[in-house]
Amino acid sequence: MLVTHLLARGQVLAQGPDWISFDVGAFVDQFWSNTFDGLTYGAIYALIAMGYTMVYGVLQLINFAHSEVFIVGAYALFFTLAALGFGPSAPNLNVFALVGDLVLAMLVAMLAAGAIAILLERVAYRPLRRRKAPRLAFLITAIGASFAIQYAIFAWRGPNPEPALIMFRQQPVFEVFGAIIYDQQIVIFVAALVLMVVVDQFVNRTRLGRGLRAVAQDPDTATLMGVNRERVITLTFLIGGFLAGAAALFYVMKVPAGVQYNGGFILGIKAFAAAVLGGIGNIRGALIGGLLLGVIGNYGQTLFGNAQWTDVVAFVVLVGILMVRPTGLLGESLGKARV
Amino acid sequence: MTTTQNPSPAATPSSGGDRRLLGGLRDRWNGLPRAQQWLWLIPLVVLIYALPVLNPPLLTTEPGTNFPIALFDAARFALLAIGLNVVVGQAGLLDLGYVGFFAVGAYVAAMLTSPDSVLTTIPYLWTLPIAMIVTMLAGLLLGGPTLRLRGDYLAIVTLGFGEIIRLLATIVGPLKGQVGFQGVGRPPGTDADGQPLFANSDGTTWYWLVVTITIAILLLVGNLERSRVGRAWIAIREDEDAAQIMGVPTVRFKLWAFVIGAAIGGLSGALFAGQVGFVNNQKFDVPTSVLFLAAVVLGGSGNKVGVIVGAFLVSYIPNRFIELAGYKYLIFGVALIVLMAFRPQGLLGARQRLLAYGRQAYQRLVGKPEQLASDNPMTAENGGDR
Amino acid sequence: MSTPSEPPVEGGLVAELELMTPEQRAAHEAEVADVVAPDREIAVAVGDTLLSMENVTMRFGGLVALDDVSFDIRRGEILGLIGPNGAGKTTCFNALTGVYRPSSGRVLLEGAPLGRRQRFQITQLGIARTFQNIRLFSEMTALENVVVGTDARHRTSVMGALFRVPRHTREEKQAIERAMALLEFVGIADRAADKARNLPYGYQRRLEIARALATEPKLLCLDEPAAGFNPAEKDNLMGLIRKIRDDGYTVLLIEHDMRLVMGVTDRIVVLEFGKKIAEGLPTEIRDDPAVVAAYLGVPDDDAP
Repeated sequence: MLVTHLLARGQVLAQGPDWISFDVGAFVDQFWSNTFDGLTYGAIYALIAMGYTMVYGVLQLINFAHSEVFIVGAYALFFTLAALGFGPSAPNLNVFALVGDLVLAMLVAMLAAGAIAILLERVAYRPLRRRKAPRLAFLITAIGASFAIQYAIFAWRGPNPEPALIMFRQQPVFEVFGAIIYDQQIVIFVAALVLMVVVDQFVNRTRLGRGLRAVAQDPDTATLMGVNRERVITLTFLIGGFLAGAAALFYVMKVPAGVQYNGGFILGIKAFAAAVLGGIGNIRGALIGGLLLGVIGNYGQTLFGNAQWTDVVAFVVLVGILMVRPTGLLGESLGKARV
Repeated sequence: MTTTQNPSPAATPSSGGDRRLLGGLRDRWNGLPRAQQWLWLIPLVVLIYALPVLNPPLLTTEPGTNFPIALFDAARFALLAIGLNVVVGQAGLLDLGYVGFFAVGAYVAAMLTSPDSVLTTIPYLWTLPIAMIVTMLAGLLLGGPTLRLRGDYLAIVTLGFGEIIRLLATIVGPLKGQVGFQGVGRPPGTDADGQPLFANSDGTTWYWLVVTITIAILLLVGNLERSRVGRAWIAIREDEDAAQIMGVPTVRFKLWAFVIGAAIGGLSGALFAGQVGFVNNQKFDVPTSVLFLAAVVLGGSGNKVGVIVGAFLVSYIPNRFIELAGYKYLIFGVALIVLMAFRPQGLLGARQRLLAYGRQAYQRLVGKPEQLASDNPMTAENGGDR
Repeated sequence: MSTPSEPPVEGGLVAELELMTPEQRAAHEAEVADVVAPDREIAVAVGDTLLSMENVTMRFGGLVALDDVSFDIRRGEILGLIGPNGAGKTTCFNALTGVYRPSSGRVLLEGAPLGRRQRFQITQLGIARTFQNIRLFSEMTALENVVVGTDARHRTSVMGALFRVPRHTREEKQAIERAMALLEFVGIADRAADKARNLPYGYQRRLEIARALATEPKLLCLDEPAAGFNPAEKDNLMGLIRKIRDDGYTVLLIEHDMRLVMGVTDRIVVLEFGKKIAEGLPTEIRDDPAVVAAYLGVPDDDAP
């Protein structure tokens, strides 16, 4: 009886209310602008994804609290910019002064995020490593740390986002396939790319980077060969923190009212999804995964007509990639090819 | 993995500080035959049932929170924690999207009973088994593809799943987002005054219902733990590869753990929806999931009594000390870090006991009663230096 | 303080054993051995081919770890698999226990190819193994470790366990009795209730053997079971391995220690650089020039 009832209602449902709607027209119309904007978001995801991927490469740990490292950076950025006189309307500065201010704020954010990353490593993870705790303990600690930081900020700043900060009014620069490219997009994309190339070169070319790769490949042998494992781990957290701090600048540039106690959380999951998509433990993979995820998320948003679909699409991509190719597009390298 | 040579036979009840008080009590308890244990349990159970009526002065959460409702909260948390403990404590799978199953259960109850729903409505009590079945399917859907993966991927995928459920509740039209569903059903029956027995404003009858269901679930889950299923879960938690090589179909048993946990979560969700009488998208965020995890870890994952205590603390403290309520996520977040660093086994660590028949066999062979082996998964040295 | 409800059995079996006459003791041991190997096939067909490797080749990228290796394991024998370091013993072992799938060739158990089976199915088919680096379920008691092994033969479903059907109760009872007998068989029953991680090293090794035997294997594969043992312990282990064979099991033994291999095996297969270079009785292998060359002419100096 119940079944027939349900079946009958099922027919009503199929015609009745809108469960999910598609807007293919918007998707086609905005395809290119979505693509370029997605690349901009993707560059930000990639910067954050680097932190996940490098820590995973060295410790095989998902640092859940990395999203909070990012948000601490974002708060540092916010306060610096506010102190420098930035507000809800674009400041009247010449290019050099503006760049100078932004770079200063970014450096402060990087330092803050780097410091909190190292603190996190020292206070939360190192004691567990000493005790050779099982994996589950690390994950639970990471979750706990993520929430402790998030809700410490909540207790301090309350539930609402900080007021928006506009750094500069974005100007169209040129047009590709009918899509307007803004200077802001170029700045974010190019700057993020440069930062990532620097890190990639650092890891592949320098002595410290070699130590990092060695630990990622085989911690025991690396230690025997005289690599200081603890120092490498600290370095990894520091680089991840720096990049997250830098990402904070670009994120706030893109989403001026995005500074909020839980503002990093979903972003963190998406960045992790990007890292997995590219192949976790793989620096270049993080870049490719980030860009792809940014673009795919944007497509989903226009197709389904609601900004929150971006997140749904990101998660579905994550689950999908794990089902089909858990090592990601470029392979889970764990230091075998490149960290 | 290297073998830590640890030939210390010190796992006797007399060693270790914490065994003096709680442990001593536990040893004594475990020494009792089953029949006597039951005899002792009866007054305890009666006391638990009587709590909302007694409303004892120090324990009460009033005037801040209505005490029977606070108790209902604690009971539904305990039910959830028992379900999550199967997944996290027994099988060692970190499920951070448990709130998703809770939400699915709540929505099933709401959509099948609320007049606001586009679906047909059915009597409330029917929704409890349906909620369990639907969440089991959801668990199968999520676990099927992901349980083949390494544990830490599972953590983040389940986290994503919990978020997806919440987002879908927000953006899919008929799920009614923040508007939600009013007038969720309740079990039938009225009292002498014609008032419904199960009112939204009064938690007492709901509390009794949940306690009853929880006891039933405890017994069933206990049956599983004392069987090849429970052994398979622990073996998987300890060394998944070795378990598979010893003939344990690991994926199948992980899926069972996941699905059973999901069903219990869904059941708790449906009960929650019934008591509150209103469901919208607000109560099912990831922080709530972490709160569930905190309940399990705080009390002692792997130990059923422990997780019930943990669940009680996690739900009771914010209700009892209203001024702390705003800080509960901060408090329990820090608690997780501190616990993992200093007392990873939780307040009441799990203790492996010889299986029921095993005690007799051992006694016959060695001539003395079993000495309890101590503590728990989290304290284990895991050798692999990661 | 607390009085345990069931009064301790005075002395218990372990103490009783010490008082037994040799005849009584032998009778008791036969009883234990019976429980340990319920379905002994020893009388059925000793000497039949139980498992055969047919032209098995394993490639990893460009590396050929096993090159066209063929040999048989016969029912009721102890076959030793030896070779210098890096000869492909472990690869061979993994191919044969289903951890790796051969790049070409096949592995047949009782004439049926292992094929694309998962590892737990291979255990259920009748191949059990121990680990070179001990991998017990460290938070479980010794007894439970063994009971997990017996579960490989159990048919209680999850629903059956949930509602405690009669089959569950029966299987549970039998499993524990058999597990206890196995612990006695390998000589560690006195620590049955201890967690695996609290056992001494030698006990852990024996527990691994008991756990593998619990799956009722047709073939028991031992991966360097004497690693880390002193000579006296090695002698004990040799005794145990013979006892296992005498109880009706077939044993494959990978071992570094030549004295142990020579002392306990019925036949030996020698690998070098992924190829089989010799196969035969221990005495033949000892004098085989290729083997002697592989071991730099000192076949016996491995023993400490």
